[in-house]
Amino acid sequence: MTIPDLFFHNLPMTAVPPDWPGGYWWHWLFFTVILIGFVLIMIMGATWIERRGLARLQSRLGPNRAGPFGLLQPIADGIKVMLKENIVPDKADKLVHWLAPVITFVPVFLIFAVVPFQDGALLADLNIGILYVVAISSVATVGVFMAGWGSSNKYSLLGAMRNVAAVVSYEIPLVLAVVGVVLMAGSMSLNQIVVGQDIPYILLQPLGFLLFFAAGCAEINRSPFDLMEAEQELVAGFHTEYSGMKFAMFFLVEWGEAIALSALITTLFLSGWRGPLLPPWLWFILKTLVVFFVMVWTRGTLPRVRIDQLMALAWKFLFPLALINLFITAIQILVWPAANQWVLVVINIAIMIILVVLWSKLFFKLGWGRVEV
Amino acid sequence: MKFERYGIGIIKGLSVTIRHLLRHPTVTQFPEQWLNISRRTRGNELIWSREKCTGCATCAKTCPQGAIEIVTATNLPDNKYEVETYRVDTGYCIQCGLCVEACPYDALFMGYSFERAKYRRGDLVQADDELLESPERPASAYFHPEIDEKLPKQTLLIDKIVEKRK
Repeated sequence: MTIPDLFFHNLPMTAVPPDWPGGYWWHWLFFTVILIGFVLIMIMGATWIERRGLARLQSRLGPNRAGPFGLLQPIADGIKVMLKENIVPDKADKLVHWLAPVITFVPVFLIFAVVPFQDGALLADLNIGILYVVAISSVATVGVFMAGWGSSNKYSLLGAMRNVAAVVSYEIPLVLAVVGVVLMAGSMSLNQIVVGQDIPYILLQPLGFLLFFAAGCAEINRSPFDLMEAEQELVAGFHTEYSGMKFAMFFLVEWGEAIALSALITTLFLSGWRGPLLPPWLWFILKTLVVFFVMVWTRGTLPRVRIDQLMALAWKFLFPLALINLFITAIQILVWPAANQWVLVVINIAIMIILVVLWSKLFFKLGWGRVEV
Repeated sequence: MKFERYGIGIIKGLSVTIRHLLRHPTVTQFPEQWLNISRRTRGNELIWSREKCTGCATCAKTCPQGAIEIVTATNLPDNKYEVETYRVDTGYCIQCGLCVEACPYDALFMGYSFERAKYRRGDLVQADDELLESPERPASAYFHPEIDEKLPKQTLLIDKIVEKRK
């Protein structure tokens, strides 16, 4: 295989020839190394995009001292944070306090095991891929709660409680929004979902995309839903008592989860690695970064919601709409299985607009109960 | 029923921030980029003119901080009244400009320069020749209309803010 072939055509299903000794284990080793490198590099890129992009959205410049355009800033921060003293509170539950960053950190890597970089290029093509992602991503919450509990600090505990409450609530609309995609694709394997996406599901499932994006942002504690580390209220939330590398782990998780969510949205709604001209893995990374930028964009725009508004949004807005979306999708799949896809696109976009406007006019307003002047 | 509150505010907000992204940031990177400063302001310097000064010490009496110390003597052979020392502790100076306004002979000026921090406390006490006007210590047009006339009209904005690295 020549170099252009490698770049402009799909790689074979496995990364090594099938007659190599070891077979699957070479595949495992190759993709594990690739994934760890990919995630760490993407996290560094994400911190850079977040800080520079957010600064430009607010008409500032952002970090621009380390390296050209501040590109070396993540490395500088990493060195700084590793040289810092590690302080553990006297009354902390030492073991829990130590384990919490690790338990939060691992699921981020595990999510990427089922995300396809191009056709078949993934660590494990699970036929229950989406279920696996949903299950494994919830483990991070346990780590966050351990951090809040182990620190023996009221701010940490409050932040962790808020995180648990938010994740439990937002898990439901998140999963229901995914179910619509699964119904459309007829498969739970992420690779099959991408293969089946001739029209990106953002067009066929516009409401599902909105719900997934909002619920996902809340699930990974992105602003405007970052109540668990609300600086003005809770110092730093669950990682108040962390310093040094353990603190850095929580920050890696924050951006790692954001990248994982962007990769999932890319795979589920933006037809993953599919695209013309460019090699598939490049399409995948580009789309992921675009989705991540949209998340930075919303963060730079929207103010933080109150805790009761956070809960109300999940239960009164996202949850009913997710149910209706699932119902409509199921009807479309069952009643018109052979319908023209582009007709469905138009119908679904119209349904989304009508539902969002109706719901926000009649049933739910963010900040309801507050007297308007 | 007004047709609002369905997310239009979010879209408006998003369009505002994306416009910020696409234009020049409104910040100046200070050590490398300087905003134009007005040449009519009270800066961090006091400028003294030996020729015009008569040693009347009105400035020393006016100074609310008591930062000006002036020593005078009579020079009998030349039949003159001379200033021996004119010493200002600029560490006490609050740049109020009262001495400049009080001077009956227009011998005092404010300078418009800033960034005049020193490494030692002693360096802040300036005397005699250190207080004279020089190209490094330009006089401001503050309370001096004759300087103001010679200065061009100026804007305080810089033309374009670009990111520049050393």
